[in-house]
Amino acid sequence: MINKKALGSTLLLTAGFVLHINAAVAEDKALAASGADSVMLGNTCAGCHGTNGSSFGPASPSIAGMGKDTLVDAMKAYKEGTRSGTIMNRIAQGYADADFEAMGDFFSKQTLLVSAQNADAAKADAGRKLHKEYCEKCHVEEGTKDEDGAGVLAGQWMPYLHYAMEDFQSGAREMPKKMQKRIEKMVQKEGDGAIDNVIHFYGSRK
Amino acid sequence: MTQITRRNFLKLSASTAAISFSGIPFIAKGEGKKVVVVGGGVGGATTAKYIRMADPSVEVTLIEKNADYHTCFMSNEVLNGDRSLDSIKFGYDGLGKHGVKVVIDEVTAIDAATKKVTTAKSGDFTADRIVVSPGVGFKWDAIEGYDEKASETIPHAWKAGPQTALLRKQLEEMADGGTVVICPPTSPFRCPPGPYERASQIAHYLKNNKPKSKVLILDASDKFSKQGLFTQGWKELYGYDIEQNGKNEGSLIEWRPASGGGKVVKIDATTKTVTAGEMEDVIKADVLNVIPPQVACKIAHQAGLTNESGWCPVNKQTFESSVHKGVYVIGDACIATDMPKSAYSASSQAKVCATAVIASLQGKEMVTPAYVNTCYSIIGPNYGISVTAVYRLEGETITQVSGGLTPADATPEQKAREVHYAYSWFANITHDIFG
Repeated sequence: MINKKALGSTLLLTAGFVLHINAAVAEDKALAASGADSVMLGNTCAGCHGTNGSSFGPASPSIAGMGKDTLVDAMKAYKEGTRSGTIMNRIAQGYADADFEAMGDFFSKQTLLVSAQNADAAKADAGRKLHKEYCEKCHVEEGTKDEDGAGVLAGQWMPYLHYAMEDFQSGAREMPKKMQKRIEKMVQKEGDGAIDNVIHFYGSRK
Repeated sequence: MTQITRRNFLKLSASTAAISFSGIPFIAKGEGKKVVVVGGGVGGATTAKYIRMADPSVEVTLIEKNADYHTCFMSNEVLNGDRSLDSIKFGYDGLGKHGVKVVIDEVTAIDAATKKVTTAKSGDFTADRIVVSPGVGFKWDAIEGYDEKASETIPHAWKAGPQTALLRKQLEEMADGGTVVICPPTSPFRCPPGPYERASQIAHYLKNNKPKSKVLILDASDKFSKQGLFTQGWKELYGYDIEQNGKNEGSLIEWRPASGGGKVVKIDATTKTVTAGEMEDVIKADVLNVIPPQVACKIAHQAGLTNESGWCPVNKQTFESSVHKGVYVIGDACIATDMPKSAYSASSQAKVCATAVIASLQGKEMVTPAYVNTCYSIIGPNYGISVTAVYRLEGETITQVSGGLTPADATPEQKAREVHYAYSWFANITHDIFG
């Protein structure tokens, strides 16, 4: 952790630098970067997302091991209102891009600790096959690796995954075009239970 | 001679960090330093753990009176029977795993000048830094007829545990048609939305079990936290502010503000009667819950850490006492400007404080702090609301820069999600504190 602190002060300087650029470039009254380092900012999230971002559930998502860009994009979307949340839209207003980047630095370096969930074995089994056919191309390595903003799905809390899918389908959250096509195809071919099965597959991962 | 430009300096910092990562032994400057933490609630336990997580060379001793801690948050669900008292009970084994030395004993004195903490049975502890997180104390002389002795039969249940169990028992024993009277105190007090969540949870219990009964809130104030959302929820779930025959009847919850005769003047513990308002109305309660006005817990006063307000002034960047150097005060007992006296505030302050204590022990500058608060209230099944805030240090104050309430037009789905996120918050914050 001492090492992290040394790194933290470096980041602080970087954050200060970004702030400087922002002030010069941005004309609007955007909130300046807080100047707090990645550890300080990361620690504020633990109350809901778990210590170092590994959530004990039952619904708040884990954010440990999330790709830096994925986290930054999510926070920006919450801030701009293009992604709907419960409390996250209100919280995201309190930070600047440099803060999101510092948070992304912190959580992308954390190892996800997965808690056991009550995933239905039969559903998870069916979900595994569906995942392979419809999801694996982007959610690589059985959803354990966050590549190109796909997020970490393996071991994610199932209620949260249900919320996310509901929001994607209702339009409350924008669905990537590729995903939209695949989901439509999957539900058409495999029936309404397909999404639930895939969620149980991710929830069964340890 | 090399000129240190910004670019070079950044490089230099990066290479310093790289050396530390490469396995060359790093001599921690906190080595052999001692920190004593007084109080094992949210603030104290979190500080102790986070100091050890950040610098395991610091010796941290946490002194707490009780072997178990019952969280005040979620205790309102114990009152309606949805939750067991055991589910809000936490021990200190988890802190032991982080190398925190836990002493179960009462702190009887803190000598801020010599950094000495005296306990009832375990002797004295000296420290390089002391962190005081004592929570609130009750002003027993504020309401006539309500003192510590009276609280044995008329529970405040504002410190969870046996008091929560007592209030639950009285609610169970109350006959249908009874009146539950809740008396919230004057501000500031621990958990501003708490009394109103309590009214909601008790109303939920009455609606299902004793539907002819009611909850009457006799308030020392004219407004309260999340008021619009609470009253909206009460109207939807329990009946609120229904006028019948010119009287407030047919509502499961009635709220009487201070200006409307709600201010409690006197309590009679034996007859469970409350005298309230300028007209000195006498109200007979079947179950009476008096939440007394609060100040910092008495040990903070003994240690000379309080000011005329009864709370502890601190440096907002570090939480070091404005009165005594080397002593830090966090949680409900400290004055943190915009931050409410909540568990999340205490947790957030604890992490800032832990960083400040280590910086001070290592002779380093304290970094820029970051603070957050989120408070969920559960009004009924699948009906959750919240208030949240992000703060920054601005000069000498902790200023809110964003946040706010659940939107008034939130959908039932969003309110249901807030309940699930409230339970997630409970699971995660308790693990962050005690795990």
